Amino acid sequence: MSEPLLEVKDLAVHFPIKRGLVLDRTVGYVYAVDGVSLSVCRGETYGLVGESGCGKSTLGRAVLRLVEPTSGQVLFDGADIAPLRGEELRRMRRRFQMVFQDPMSSLDPRQSVESMLMEGMRAHGLSRGPEADAARMRELVDAVGLPTGALRRYPHEFSGGQRQRIGIARALCVEPDLIVADEPVSALDVSVQAQVLNLLARLQRELGLTYLVIAHDLAVVRHVSDRIGVMYLGGLVEEAPSQELYDDPQHPYTRALLSAIPVPDPELEDRRERILLTGDLPSPATPPSGCRFHTRCPWRQPRRCADERPELRVVEGADPGHRVACHWAERIRSGELAPHRVEPEIGTDDVLGRVGTPEAPGSVTEVLGR
Amino acid sequence: MSALLEVRDLRVAFTRRGEPDTVAVDGVSFEVDPGQVVGLVGESGCGKSVTSLAIMRLLPARGVRLTGSVTFDGTDLLTLPEARMRELRGREMSMVFQDPLSSLNPVVPVGLQVTEVLRRHRGMGKEPARREAADLLDRVGIPDPRRRLDSYPHQLSGGMRQRALIAIALACRPRLLIADEPTTALDVTIQAQILDLLGQLVRETGTALVMITHDLGVVAGMCETVNVLYAGRIVERARRHRLFGTPRHPYTHGLLRSIPRLDAPAGEDLAAIGGSVNDNLPWTHACAFAPRCPRSLERCVEVTPDPETAGGRLLRCHNPVPASVE
Repeated sequence: MSEPLLEVKDLAVHFPIKRGLVLDRTVGYVYAVDGVSLSVCRGETYGLVGESGCGKSTLGRAVLRLVEPTSGQVLFDGADIAPLRGEELRRMRRRFQMVFQDPMSSLDPRQSVESMLMEGMRAHGLSRGPEADAARMRELVDAVGLPTGALRRYPHEFSGGQRQRIGIARALCVEPDLIVADEPVSALDVSVQAQVLNLLARLQRELGLTYLVIAHDLAVVRHVSDRIGVMYLGGLVEEAPSQELYDDPQHPYTRALLSAIPVPDPELEDRRERILLTGDLPSPATPPSGCRFHTRCPWRQPRRCADERPELRVVEGADPGHRVACHWAERIRSGELAPHRVEPEIGTDDVLGRVGTPEAPGSVTEVLGR
Repeated sequence: MSALLEVRDLRVAFTRRGEPDTVAVDGVSFEVDPGQVVGLVGESGCGKSVTSLAIMRLLPARGVRLTGSVTFDGTDLLTLPEARMRELRGREMSMVFQDPLSSLNPVVPVGLQVTEVLRRHRGMGKEPARREAADLLDRVGIPDPRRRLDSYPHQLSGGMRQRALIAIALACRPRLLIADEPTTALDVTIQAQILDLLGQLVRETGTALVMITHDLGVVAGMCETVNVLYAGRIVERARRHRLFGTPRHPYTHGLLRSIPRLDAPAGEDLAAIGGSVNDNLPWTHACAFAPRCPRSLERCVEVTPDPETAGGRLLRCHNPVPASVE
């Protein structure tokens, strides 16, 4: 495997929660990303999957420094990007680009497609004169499957799938090495998702791109990724090559996630065993002690789970590229430990007091009150 | 056994002065038997939500032209006086919507929203209604239900709110429940919980369920009969094993092949359906799906395909996928 293009080392992003009318007091933190380490090799697609509140989007943004990391390192092509400032950072940004989730709001409604694409190119000194630029424009829209006429049009004249293609063209125009795609197809209709996924795969093959794909849909992520990382409440709980993760899910959360996904096959649906999790996600402002998942884990044991936070490690007998953060992974895998029913937690003490935060919020945004 | 709900040739057009009508639902017919679970599947813009709103008479009075018939237990709902309809809604037929935060009244505690239904339709007194409401919240799996009666919707998570909505919908043990994308806004593990709950409750109470969704996986697990909608019409209807085993309408077939599936090998290109809904032709003189259809013939852009029923399957297509091919 080639050298890692992107290395994330023990990254943490903690958002302060401020309350108060006159003076903003910091009353707590949302531990959105709480110690994540991963690496992505050149030419590879790494899929980051998890449900709301797991921190995957925040991690994606922190990698691009759209959000400032609280601690830890992000190494891009060997260089630590944290100390970069101003012009240096701006120039570095050419090499990693983002494709956003919502094709409606991520494009400037007042700019034509051509203008948006030229903007990026000019900003990074890639403009080579009117003729060369025009040729490059045509090449870009063609690469994403749009007609040349699209250049003159404005975002509102396109459908969702087409706008997403424009977003991809925009990311490509500065010739980046890495593209972080945050939920690239979740806002699209099912029949259009396939078109965009195929496009992303084709572009990777043709241009040698590296992708970090962030999504909540495990089927989508598995389809496009070489390796997958599963996140829960700010931490990486399992990481494996895609097929491996599906064939041999080792972490209880991954198993629950896989069993929850509906499959369009009635026979399979009738037969399969569902591992239903009880209750809701704990608040990312007050994550459980020890293993973050222990409060809902059907395989929770009386020892270690509530006190020690498990590290990512390789289980004996499994693929060496497969890491899992669970104290009891071996015994769960062998079937020695059976799942048991978990009682849902009743409203825990809210560290923030009576500030109207939901006791069992569904996402970071709910806790931050935005 | 006569059907509980019979929808015949339902047509819903939105009118605007000076503009041609926008036909959202274009001649939809289907039945729901007592206790049956029926699916209405399609992507955005196919008319499934508007169909459900039309059945419940929740569409605005102005600007909407509604024709056809909707019969509930023998009563024609479309000609019913509004007062009678209000009695039916909530008691005999109820609905669960997609976004629980916007479906619940944000300034009223959850408990009151449940007791309101109980007091209105079952004539219960204040205290008995409160006790029943706590019971209902417990049955839908909300922990600490007595305390939750006084919580406001924003104090509950998405999953909890949806459970509260289900509690409200089932409070009077309706004979028909329409669930419009009840889990789309929820995380997948929460979705599994909610669908499991819905399935259980529906079996326990014998309520018929119309499940409206774009997610074919959800339908495969829950619905006995599945109606596939495209551009306002039902293009295929079959029992679920038949529909998923041998989809015959090119749209259904294409849709199933374009979804990334956990149980299929990864990495190969997906068989995408080309074009978009902007390419649709009007049903009046063609098949709406023809421009995007890999099996379209000349006939398809000239003549409307009529629905044909054979072997328990309804199909609206001039050139369906052969039965022997997967």
